[in-house]
Amino acid sequence: MSLQIPLLRKIRPGYIFVVPAVIMLGLFYIYPFFKVLQLSFYEWDGISLTMQFVGLGQFKDIIFFNSSWWQSMWHAAYITILALVFQNGLALVLALLVDRGIKYGQMYRVIFFLPPVLSGIVVGLIWNWIFNGNYGLLNHWLNNIGLANLSRSWLSDPKTALTCVAVIHMWKGFGWGFIILLAGLQNIPRTLYEAARIDGASYWDIFIKITTPLMLPVFVLVMILTVLGTMQIYDIIVSTTGGGPGYHTEVPVSRIIARMLYSSQFGYACAMGLVFGAVLVMLSIAQMKISKIMKRT
Amino acid sequence: MKFELRLELYAPTSAYVSKIRAAAQANKLPDIYGVLMEMRDFASLIKAGHILDLSPYMDADNGAWRSTFYKGGLIMNTFPQGSQYEVKPGIYGVPLDINNIQMIYNTELLKMAGWNPGRIPATWDEFIALGDALKKAGIPGMVSGWGESWMIHCFADNFAWNIMGQEKVLATVKGEVPYTDPDWVKVFDLFKQMKEHGLLTDGIVTMINKEAEQTFANERAALAFNGSWCINIYESMNPNLKYRAALPPRVNLQRPMYIWGGTTSFVVNAKSPLKEEAVKFIMWLSEEKQQRYLAKETRNIPANRRCADILSGHTAEFAAAMDNVVHPRLLPLEEYPLVTEAFDKGIQSILIGEATPESVAKTVQEAKVREMEKAAQFLAQKQKQKQKQQK
Repeated sequence: MSLQIPLLRKIRPGYIFVVPAVIMLGLFYIYPFFKVLQLSFYEWDGISLTMQFVGLGQFKDIIFFNSSWWQSMWHAAYITILALVFQNGLALVLALLVDRGIKYGQMYRVIFFLPPVLSGIVVGLIWNWIFNGNYGLLNHWLNNIGLANLSRSWLSDPKTALTCVAVIHMWKGFGWGFIILLAGLQNIPRTLYEAARIDGASYWDIFIKITTPLMLPVFVLVMILTVLGTMQIYDIIVSTTGGGPGYHTEVPVSRIIARMLYSSQFGYACAMGLVFGAVLVMLSIAQMKISKIMKRT
Repeated sequence: MKFELRLELYAPTSAYVSKIRAAAQANKLPDIYGVLMEMRDFASLIKAGHILDLSPYMDADNGAWRSTFYKGGLIMNTFPQGSQYEVKPGIYGVPLDINNIQMIYNTELLKMAGWNPGRIPATWDEFIALGDALKKAGIPGMVSGWGESWMIHCFADNFAWNIMGQEKVLATVKGEVPYTDPDWVKVFDLFKQMKEHGLLTDGIVTMINKEAEQTFANERAALAFNGSWCINIYESMNPNLKYRAALPPRVNLQRPMYIWGGTTSFVVNAKSPLKEEAVKFIMWLSEEKQQRYLAKETRNIPANRRCADILSGHTAEFAAAMDNVVHPRLLPLEEYPLVTEAFDKGIQSILIGEATPESVAKTVQEAKVREMEKAAQFLAQKQKQKQKQQK
């Protein structure tokens, strides 16, 4: 006993300091997760006092029979692929330019970071006005430059609706990538660039042999954030297409909300949320594994 | 006794619905609230003890309170004997204002299209002819919030009731008549015809109603399909807008045209310690003086029938059609949500030229069969569990 008490005294303050964080984590992350897990095994409308246990039935339905769910997953994946390539590509180019100390660099930092801080609903409404088929700016410009044949109702045309939503999302999101990539670029010691230049390396050589390897962890971080952020796209969808026309711009979150609020299938929506979460976790793990392999090579 | 009244407003509707669901789960519902949900959710709230049965108050003094309301307004808050929801029959909500959704015609744009604005289309053929006239004059046709599925459903439902009547609509919900029935295909085909005859504005398929209202108020569309709440909106956006409200054109001339109507209603939290006071407050809100004030300020149709004399202009136009009001809520049965979704999304697919009326009818029927099978399985499972518990 006499040996244990001093040990406890040593440990106790540490536990006390950790307790608030554990309580917060437990209350706002762990408990809700287990509650969602529990609800996913029940058929419940979100109001009734009784629930019906259905086991894994809802998971089975989602995975094997719910085609609109997987269609919505593909839509989110399509927007994600575009965002990974174009949004992050643009962010990298802009970050490289600002990192090179171009004129008004500070001002550009502020300007590029403006779209991400705007509400998704507001951004959606602004772009709605640009893409509007009847009096939209885009059609107006196309008419002015003699390309009236390309005019259309961009957000209502199944051929263009999803890509237009992706464009809006990328416009809103590239600022995040820009800021993170710029921070990463500025952490690279300048002496490495100077030494390479003295050795006669071109800009391309410097980018491939110095910037890219040193930026790899930042690239991975930006990619993971892009995937997680884009797969969960919702606000822009609500303010532009509402998931339509038909199912053409439905995304996983809109399907989950539709089940929860409009179909009163709370338990089913919880199961959808878990399936979606599992897909995102798998994607993140895959990305991290790929980055580890790339680091080794 | 004095009370402090705290009002909380939420927008959009989905945010409000989430709030009410969460509050119901936590037993934290306010003393008075509105149920902007489906009838099944309304029923669930009642069964969970969250809504007070107001029938005794309505029936008191030989039904004095009840007699102040338009019948249609009360029906929306009533659960009749033998409904599918297994709720004790009664009146569970109090209407404050009533509304309906109709066709609205910009008379100036009609004139510009060479159409006599005094001759509002009463039949489907006339409606199609108007579409042709608008198309010829290059005037955009109809706007409506068809990106919000419920409005597209409302439009289709009006015609379904007109074409086949309430009994056949109800038989379809019961599963006795398939959606592949020629009458339903006819309903879907109306949308195809509207598209072909220039009656729809570009982008209507994803348009939210706010955008539709703005477009119509700015005279960028000749027609709108909107609710009576639009009077105030149009007035604030364009006081010079000249328009007329009318029932949608009839396809089947043998039957009347029905339109969706609704109410803005309040319910009382049955678990509230202040429920008696809450009832008294709602009674006060529904009194003539307050209702007149509400009608004057909002240009909405008051639920209190004694205020009918205050109605004029467009409000009177809308109010005149209150006898034609129906709503799926009035049926003793409710369609499965996923069938309704397939129905609405299917119509959107027709409008974008991706599906035919026949293929949509087939898809909706497939969804119906699937949901009926699921419901049967669920019921069997429920009975099994019950039997187990009894053993």
